[in-house]
Amino acid sequence: MLFRNLSSKVASIPMAVTALVIFIGCSAWTVVYSFTGSRLLPKTRWVGFDQYDRLWDTTRWIVSIENLAIYGGCMLVLSLALGFTMAALLDQRIRFENTFRTIFLYPYALSFVVTGLTWQWMLNPTFGLQKVVRDMGYVDFTFAPLTDGDFAIYGVLLAGLWQGTGLVMVIMLAGLRGIDEDIWKAARVDGIPKWKTYLVIVLPMMRGAIITALVLVATSIIKVFDLIVAQTQGGPGLATEVPAKYVMDMMFRNQNLGQGFAASTMMLLFVMIILVPWTLYEFRERRRG
Amino acid sequence: MRRILGVLIASAMLASGAAKAAELEVVHWWTSGGEAAAVNEFAKAFDAAGHKWVDGAIAGGGGTNAIPAVVSRLLGGDPMGATQFNHGRQTEDLIKEGLFLDLTELSEKEGWRDFVFPSSLLDACTYDGKLYCVPVNIHSWQWIWLSNPAFAKAGIPVPSNWDEFVASAPKLRAAGVAPLAVGSQAWQSTGMITEVLAVAIAGPDNWSKVNVDKDASVAAGPAYAKVFEAAANARELAADIAVTDWNLATAAVITGKAAGQIMGDWAQGEFAVAEQTAGKDYSCLPGLGVNPVLSLGGDAFYFPKNKDADVTAAQLELASLMISKEVQVNFNLKKGSLPIRGDVDLSAANDCMKKGLGLLADGQILPGGNMALSRDTIGQIEDLMVQFWNDSSMSAASAQKAYASIIASAD
Repeated sequence: MLFRNLSSKVASIPMAVTALVIFIGCSAWTVVYSFTGSRLLPKTRWVGFDQYDRLWDTTRWIVSIENLAIYGGCMLVLSLALGFTMAALLDQRIRFENTFRTIFLYPYALSFVVTGLTWQWMLNPTFGLQKVVRDMGYVDFTFAPLTDGDFAIYGVLLAGLWQGTGLVMVIMLAGLRGIDEDIWKAARVDGIPKWKTYLVIVLPMMRGAIITALVLVATSIIKVFDLIVAQTQGGPGLATEVPAKYVMDMMFRNQNLGQGFAASTMMLLFVMIILVPWTLYEFRERRRG
Repeated sequence: MRRILGVLIASAMLASGAAKAAELEVVHWWTSGGEAAAVNEFAKAFDAAGHKWVDGAIAGGGGTNAIPAVVSRLLGGDPMGATQFNHGRQTEDLIKEGLFLDLTELSEKEGWRDFVFPSSLLDACTYDGKLYCVPVNIHSWQWIWLSNPAFAKAGIPVPSNWDEFVASAPKLRAAGVAPLAVGSQAWQSTGMITEVLAVAIAGPDNWSKVNVDKDASVAAGPAYAKVFEAAANARELAADIAVTDWNLATAAVITGKAAGQIMGDWAQGEFAVAEQTAGKDYSCLPGLGVNPVLSLGGDAFYFPKNKDADVTAAQLELASLMISKEVQVNFNLKKGSLPIRGDVDLSAANDCMKKGLGLLADGQILPGGNMALSRDTIGQIEDLMVQFWNDSSMSAASAQKAYASIIASAD
């Protein structure tokens, strides 16, 4: 048993070690040190749950969580819905499909920093979108989400969607192309309308593609940081703060490692709450299958 | 033949002399026009001593970007030649780790204690009886800078205190001038409220009780309630102009687009670069004309420990240059800050600097906020102030309550 496929087992040792030491080891270290009063440097001065008490007492952290919920919820639903719709439209054997696919996927090739800066300029009221529309004659047109604390997070969402939807579309398109031609023929024979075929028959068959897209989008949501830093720096006020930025600022601006570790442990916990039940479910399904 | 030999020996001697010259990378966050001109004075003096100054400027007011970069380089074992920090507690942990060169011997030899004025600046550099940094200047927050042409345009005299300034706002607005320019970075609104308005309106005693003694009952009390009301007022006055960096806000005052800016005296370097004259083109009111007191902020240089003996020698040489009379005068005139020695001739100083020097000589001084509070507490206050400053629905009372609770848990 142990020596079966020996070469492939040997080959996977580096990755296994990396996973154990870097991911699990460092995460455990962070969790342990989140119970200390570490300042600029990690120190084992135990303070119990003090860091967590302070964390959940901090307005900025609560605002960050709310923002992540808004951004994450909208991003997940909209990027999957838009991505699938765009893929379905591209699937209609249209002309210049390659060109469109390239255009839609292109934003994904840009880093979040570039995306954030570009959209910061686009949404700037004095020389962005608002000015262009006003110059066309609509002088009352107002569209400046980044300057208004109530809407700033949606300005960030816009940039996130612009960047991420193309990838979802391409994955969905690959899924659509994997559907057997005979299914379409059978649906046509039965007289099922095209949109209904997509929603009721094809979509459930694309489970793999959807899960891939879901996981990719979800990870990009949890770790969103550079987009915020480039686009709004968390402002105006605290309007676009996110948990990852809180962690960075606590560790390096406030020189309070313990607080930063507590915040990152909470982030890990969020991911676990979503990931663990889902993994267990998937695992059981596969065994049964 | 003999001549060739002589040349050879001479060049060999030169070469060995050159080996003593060291390259020092100096990290700082002085990147605006006036600041760059000032730091160049250090570079010139150091290069003239036969060494090489390698400029490691990292932009970002208050060191927001530079400090994390410096800390990670120090902890990662990649020390630079010298690095800027503000006077205060920013370096406590790094000193405890023994990362900085001990300057005690040099300071005793040159007698720093005798001429550094006020000597509390050296105390801020001292840890466990040993000296770790060179203070290079004194900066104080407690100033408002006023544009004389802007007030002339509105047809009113330049105000002499904060209340007059607030009262002049409607006329300024009628003349198309923004009353107050404040950059949107967190440290600017924070400094303006907790250092300037607090000292001017609640008075130096109350300020000390809050910042030095961490007395939350004063922070929650009636004197500070007035401070937060004034801050809410300033928030309204600053609504006309939107800029990010402090020097852009200063530029708005220089061009007369805005009437005033509450900012530390580093703003003066910008007026100097724009060739403006104090008293004629712009006016300054220390302590907002109410309580003329200065806090001892400012900058100091630390020298990370290094394995190379030549580099260590050059570090000590730079330390002694930075504190020397001539360099102090040249640097501080460009920077708009006050020198840290009481024995230099500053007859070239302008009106505003002379006001500052006068206050310093009279002992009208407070410790800087950076000295009194830890970086963690300052960060929490910054988060609160940036929220208050940008969200006009947040009342002065609720901001005060949150501020008092931060002070209560401050260490």
